[in-house]
Amino acid sequence: MDPLLIKAIIVLIVFAITLLVATYSTWGERKVAAFLQDRVGPDRAGPAGLFQPLADAVKMFMKEEIIPSVSNKWLFVLGPCISMLTALMTGVVIPWGGELTIAGQTFDLQIVDLNIGILYLFGVVSLGVYGIMIGGWASNNKYSLLGAIRASSQMISYEIAMGLAIVALVMTTGTLSLKEIVQQQDAGFANIVYQPLGFIIFLICAFAETNRAPFDLPECETELIGGYHTEYSSMKLGFFLFAEYINMFVSSMVIVSFYFGGYNFPFQHEIGLEGNILTFVQTGFFFLKVSFFVFFFWWVRWTLPRFRYDQLMNLGWKVLLPLALVNIFVTGLIMYFTGNL
Amino acid sequence: MLTNRSKQVVKREMTWFERAYFPAILHGLSITIKHFFMKKATVKYPEVKREFAPVYRGQHVLKRDEAGAERCTACGLCAVACPAEAITMTAAERKKGEENLYREEKYASVYEINMLRCIFCGLCEEACPKEAIFLTDRIVPSTFERDSFVYGKDKLVEPIDQRVDVSKRQTPAVLEFKKDKHHKHNLTFMDKVLGKAKKH
Amino acid sequence: MNITQYIFWFLSFLALLSALMVVFSKNPVYSVLYLIITFFAIAGHYVLMSAQFLAAVHIIVYAGAIMVLFLYTIMMLNLNKETEPQKKTYIQIIAIVALGLLMVTMIGSIKGAEAAQPIADAAGIGTVEKLGDVLFNKFLLPFEVSSILFLSAMVGAVYLSKKNLQ
Repeated sequence: MDPLLIKAIIVLIVFAITLLVATYSTWGERKVAAFLQDRVGPDRAGPAGLFQPLADAVKMFMKEEIIPSVSNKWLFVLGPCISMLTALMTGVVIPWGGELTIAGQTFDLQIVDLNIGILYLFGVVSLGVYGIMIGGWASNNKYSLLGAIRASSQMISYEIAMGLAIVALVMTTGTLSLKEIVQQQDAGFANIVYQPLGFIIFLICAFAETNRAPFDLPECETELIGGYHTEYSSMKLGFFLFAEYINMFVSSMVIVSFYFGGYNFPFQHEIGLEGNILTFVQTGFFFLKVSFFVFFFWWVRWTLPRFRYDQLMNLGWKVLLPLALVNIFVTGLIMYFTGNL
Repeated sequence: MLTNRSKQVVKREMTWFERAYFPAILHGLSITIKHFFMKKATVKYPEVKREFAPVYRGQHVLKRDEAGAERCTACGLCAVACPAEAITMTAAERKKGEENLYREEKYASVYEINMLRCIFCGLCEEACPKEAIFLTDRIVPSTFERDSFVYGKDKLVEPIDQRVDVSKRQTPAVLEFKKDKHHKHNLTFMDKVLGKAKKH
Repeated sequence: MNITQYIFWFLSFLALLSALMVVFSKNPVYSVLYLIITFFAIAGHYVLMSAQFLAAVHIIVYAGAIMVLFLYTIMMLNLNKETEPQKKTYIQIIAIVALGLLMVTMIGSIKGAEAAQPIADAAGIGTVEKLGDVLFNKFLLPFEVSSILFLSAMVGAVYLSKKNLQ
């Protein structure tokens, strides 16, 4: 088969799975939220409410589309598009599994292995805030604008700590390619062993970057009604919400790839699996790890209350940033004295 | 200090460990995950119905006697007793030939309870000298129009062939409370059960 | 023309058009958005020159951070057509003359410059390894000096913000 065709199929599969996972994240989140609060959650549409996301999607599509007359029409439409686009673009560099052999040809279960994969990821994530900012500004609504402004300041503040946490990781791994980072963890321990502090910083920043509780200030209902998506309705609102779930999924994949060995699992070469079967088992393990972190996102959301704005800024600039710098310094020192430079 | 139970509240400075915030987060997470595996409080309503207390007070019923005649005599005591002023009625005189329909010479031609006003306190049942009105364990169903919550006799009087059982509410304590109302023409289900039934 | 050249022309057109729109659009928020498009076009040029690292850093730093701050500030200020300050005529004339002089200088310098020779090993020229090698071996001192420059700028910014508080 044509390699380009197979690549295209992989791209399609990756997008389809990403969208499917995001769809079912809405169901999962509601279920987990309910279970954490001693309820049972949606259970009417289909067995255990499994068709609930479909019902929600139909509802979203059917709802009346409202574009405020005083809004900036083009940018109002552009906002959710950018949010969705950047959310989907991040999944490109994630390695989902090892090599797959089809008709004598081997393919990586990864859309593209950029040698600057981490930087690509970081760049696309930093662009994600534009969707929120443009949407919030174009709504021509004070609450939307406040949400947009909060989103941007929060994004910038936590991107720095996140970047510095990644710098320490890049120092130990010596590469910017996600595939190589994952493969290195096959040979040695998972990176969490070398970068525990970096992991915690990265995790907190991931929560802030995805606008998830306890950092969901841009869309807090109690203060800003809905924040940047106050004026949105129908599928445009759906895009914003969807983008958040995709971001959550991708963040979990990134965390797993960076710090928890990606698709590798313990003793994978000792149990006698080979070829495609091994790859599939690896992908299964990858999704197992990812689902844990997606669950963790929900778990934290339904446990912790929202930060106050000044607490958010204090945490970002006065705690996480110095900690990330200390982490880099300590990592450098250890590498220097153990001769791993 | 009247009692020695009062406690001095001190707002002390948090220790470093507490300010680190992480132990508190982990504690919170452990609490919520415990609830994840707990028994759920939800009752899946249409399939599973919650058990009612024996003295539950729901939708009213206007009882008939054994022969099928309405017991209500439109005295209006229930309307007077009603704290929510939910009951209205119009009295009428029994014509000849209607003896099998109404027990007394006077009866209620119109009897309405506004279920939106009703607070289901049960004072009407308590006030009734004829043991005509009872509260049952039925739930007043919700609808979209306010008008449909004004229940007339068509909904309140029990059908002859489908008697509403109110014996569950007539616990010994309730009967003790109502015992001065046991005139010979007021026969309840409990009387029959206890063998006190007398022909009138 | 091959596909690379098509992309080159498209990116150049996009960069110039959006750069002009930055200047000409009345609404400052539009200007910022056009500037972001310009940065993307330039990042595309970097990729064409196989300098992916530079492209990525360009996007992260300029489009991802600095322009977000710009947009943030402009949204906060709520600038629009009404609040646009009208400059005096003589200031406008001075600006035009100064810009004309700058343009003459640039045209002169570009005409005088020789066309750069294509580098033999162009394939991996922009990779992280090559760039790091050059920066930390060949240009270590300028690199460190520029970082000190950034540090001083940072200290200055902190000082200014603290001064306003008092």
